[in-house]
Amino acid sequence: MLEIKNLHATVDGKDILRGINLTINPGEVHAIMGPNGSGKSTLSYVLAGRDGYEVTQGDILFNGRSLLGLEPEERAREGLFLAFQYPVEIPGVANATFLRSAVNAVRKHKGLADMDAMTFLKTAKAKMKQLQMDEKFLQRAVNMGFSGGEKKRNEVFQMLMLEPTLAILDETDSGLDIDALKIVAEGVNALRSPERSALVITHYQRLLDYIVPDVVHVLAGGRIIKTGGKELALELEAKGYADVIAADAA
Amino acid sequence: MAANAQTIETVEGLAGDYKYGFVTDIESELLPKGLSEDTVRFISAKKEEPQWMLDWRLRAYKAWLRMAKEKGEPGWAKVSYPEIDFQDIHYYSAPKKKTLKSLDEVDPELLATYEKLGIPLKEREILAGVAVDAVFDSVSVATTFKGKLKDMGIIFCSMSEAVREHPELVQKYLGSVVPVTDNFYATLNSAVFSDGSFVYVPPGVRCPMELSTYFRINEAKTGQFERTLLICDKGAYVSYLEGCTAPMRDENQLHAAVVELVCMEDAEIRYATVQNWYPGDKNGKGGIYNFVTKRGACRGARSKISWTQVETGSAITWKYPSVILQGDDSVGEFYSVAVANNAQQADTGTKMIHMGKNTKSTIISKGISAGRAQNTYRGLVRVMPGAAGARNYSQCDSLLIGDRCGGHTVPYIEVKNRSAKVEHEATTSRISDDQLFYCRQRGLSEEDAVSTIVNGFCKEVLQKLPMEFAVEAQKLLGVSLEGSVG
Repeated sequence: MLEIKNLHATVDGKDILRGINLTINPGEVHAIMGPNGSGKSTLSYVLAGRDGYEVTQGDILFNGRSLLGLEPEERAREGLFLAFQYPVEIPGVANATFLRSAVNAVRKHKGLADMDAMTFLKTAKAKMKQLQMDEKFLQRAVNMGFSGGEKKRNEVFQMLMLEPTLAILDETDSGLDIDALKIVAEGVNALRSPERSALVITHYQRLLDYIVPDVVHVLAGGRIIKTGGKELALELEAKGYADVIAADAA
Repeated sequence: MAANAQTIETVEGLAGDYKYGFVTDIESELLPKGLSEDTVRFISAKKEEPQWMLDWRLRAYKAWLRMAKEKGEPGWAKVSYPEIDFQDIHYYSAPKKKTLKSLDEVDPELLATYEKLGIPLKEREILAGVAVDAVFDSVSVATTFKGKLKDMGIIFCSMSEAVREHPELVQKYLGSVVPVTDNFYATLNSAVFSDGSFVYVPPGVRCPMELSTYFRINEAKTGQFERTLLICDKGAYVSYLEGCTAPMRDENQLHAAVVELVCMEDAEIRYATVQNWYPGDKNGKGGIYNFVTKRGACRGARSKISWTQVETGSAITWKYPSVILQGDDSVGEFYSVAVANNAQQADTGTKMIHMGKNTKSTIISKGISAGRAQNTYRGLVRVMPGAAGARNYSQCDSLLIGDRCGGHTVPYIEVKNRSAKVEHEATTSRISDDQLFYCRQRGLSEEDAVSTIVNGFCKEVLQKLPMEFAVEAQKLLGVSLEGSVG
């Protein structure tokens, strides 16, 4: 599914990622944890192809094909979805309009006909119910005046509509209370299947109680310094990052 | 009539010596360049106008000469262009010759734009100047609707026809809102106006359709000095659509139109414009100078005039659709989207003149600048001493794309009545990288992302357009801003 090979990347000429190796197989959920400034968000932007995030070495293969030459929208249409840490507001554009354009852009890429308005509405309402979102959010402008939690829920709603093969969740848990966290986690779990994978970026172990990962990585200083099973998250929660980082340095 | 025939002879005689002469064949006729009293007489004669119309034009011509000598072109707008040589312009041309035989001969770039805008094939041919069969659907549609309107007492015809068939109405109202000497370009228009539309809706009649929707194909060739007069009598209603989303090429660089609206007691006029004249190339070469005077008078109590405009074309736009609120409780509205990309310059806005008691006006302006373009909102809200209880709300938002363009807001507020309430809000924002990346991460192309964000920005104005126009206008905004990012 996703193969990251010796990935180096810079932002404004500063080295942020310094040789990341990571393989995610179909059906797997990987978690990336790490202290502030370790390069977690940079990794998600590099994977999604954001301008200004320059890959200087290495490669990213998605379903066997390099992503490096692809525009962000091409990556998205290939099935890569990024749930933003800070979802962006777009004044005047109804959530429904925005999402339907997105769904149809992806469908077009797959050679499918546009999803008609009725089917879209029916599907959207079903997904919103699953996330306990009010249908009114369809008519509200994208993320405008949404609370932090509502924005995150809206990200997961978009993800459910777009059905990506690889979902990257960048600190989707931040700003969520425990109830919202459970609902969001259920949404993510609903997408789990042998064909789909996820990369969950988080500060806290809490989210991983609900989205149980197959593999946990520790990112520090732009490299993955430790990889383990889900118990690694618990260990980090108990002891903090300092020990792991010290062990790596030694 | 004898005098007219003589004038034609004189001018045609002159043309014999003129270097380029008349380009004359069955379909087209072009008056040599230059402006003189004879030019005015020639135009009037060609249109078989009555003496009073000719006199009116001549009065305007003389006034224009004075203006040209004393002050010249107005210089207060934030636009710059080389001085216009008014002797280097053709002031009369009969319907354009259609020289192309099929769409295969049309500039592929233009065709691609039509495709993107989703313009029907037949319409594309007409817009591109391809000769089409004399009989096509919309002509018969137009005829049917004209018959229906006539039964209701609504007059809807060309200005030339109105001068001949309804002289009493034209004499009464022409120049009553935009006086002959109003401004340099309006005065020029008054002297040499080519043609335009005339509408009269009798008392109590509600015009059952959006006027000109069915006719715009046929009336796409408006000429460079368009003159429109629209009168809505007591308790009547009309909605009028002008323009076309398709980019129109025109050999004439200078366009100076005048539109006058007269709105009586309890009447309502909605006037929507989509302007997409050729903006020139990326470097600012070519393109139309669009210097337009549009004004409506709310003459009666409780009358209402609403202007909605989507301005995306022209190299230079100079245009301030205004409302004179004379009647008590009358209402004026101005909803505008102005896009300036590449080297385009737009100086546009409105004037709301409050005279009657409890008059209300609303101004919503959305300016979008990209490339090296300069986009200025210029608006006047004037409350006269007698306008007790007058209210105005103005909102002017500018959206900038890239870092080489400019958005400017110049509000003029003059209040001479203490009970008036005037509000002005203005914002300036940019399309952020965050917004673009967010849209693209969801699968939208960069162009679709810009178009989506811009349409969201303009939503309040686009909502005011009649449905079918709104959809076209949305696409138009996207197409106008192509290549503005990255």
